[in-house]
Amino acid sequence: MRSIIYLLIGIFFGIVMFKSEAASWFRIYEMFQFQSFHMYGIIGSALILGIIGVQIIKRKKLKSVDGEPIVFNDKDVSFSRYAYGGLAFGLGWALAGACPGPIFTLIGAGYLPILVVFVGALIGTYIYGLLRDKLPH
Amino acid sequence: MEWIFEPWPWYVAGPLIALIMFILLFVGRDFGMSSNLRTMCSMCGAGKNIEFFNFDWKSQRWNLMVVLGAIIGGFIGANVLTDDPSVAINPDTIAILEDLGFDSAGEAYLPTELYSWEAIGGIKALVILLIGGILIGFGARYGGGCTSGHAISGLSNLQLPSLIAVIGFFVGGLIMIHLLFPLIF
Repeated sequence: MRSIIYLLIGIFFGIVMFKSEAASWFRIYEMFQFQSFHMYGIIGSALILGIIGVQIIKRKKLKSVDGEPIVFNDKDVSFSRYAYGGLAFGLGWALAGACPGPIFTLIGAGYLPILVVFVGALIGTYIYGLLRDKLPH
Repeated sequence: MEWIFEPWPWYVAGPLIALIMFILLFVGRDFGMSSNLRTMCSMCGAGKNIEFFNFDWKSQRWNLMVVLGAIIGGFIGANVLTDDPSVAINPDTIAILEDLGFDSAGEAYLPTELYSWEAIGGIKALVILLIGGILIGFGARYGGGCTSGHAISGLSNLQLPSLIAVIGFFVGGLIMIHLLFPLIF
């Protein structure tokens, strides 16, 4: 059953987020103060391995477990949506000290006030849907 | 196996995150967490009035399973795999935070000045967390992804839009912590 695999991937992801302290508000603050290599090391090492792996998948034309080609969709070309959206996300990331993955991890870890951030994130997503046609993309 | 109860170093965590992305690619999926927020809005019926939420959210059930797993993983990480949840951040960072009124710096996983029921009871922390969440949700959807979708998946595929977004994340974070924190706290 494929659902179990997704569940196990999620459990593994949640444990890594909690145990690496990437889900800690303090680590995010420390990162933006440039006073530790920890977060840069996490993102940087994931990224270097990610770049190498994606190149290998593309060049060797590796297939998924179902035998389908692994497709990488290019993101739509634009500047404003990524710049403005990214800026808003960064403000929230630093203020709440959590990004979407860790929000879920922290619910499970029992830090229930994070539910306020979760509800806020749903409201923010809804506001985007509401305003989408009026925003520069 | 004692190390497993200690905080995991970056050179363990980073490669494991890359591994998660590759496992998802090999089962035909893209690693990205914030799209689940859109799915949840659709599940709640937001698609009735707003076109953006009018899509086949059931096609995203796989990612909701990842979310459920991330919640369970958080429970296991905190309750089974951790003896002492306090985060040993840089002493200089602790000093700055104490000046701002965060006395829990260095002694907790999350600041009790924001993430406790007592704090939430005082309206200020509640408003801060709510606004933080709104910015996260709005920004992630407007920018087309969050840390997982852009900083890991997108940059791994050398996408220029993801680079713009990640620079945006950092500019936003730096503005918040260096310019706005002294006004807020």
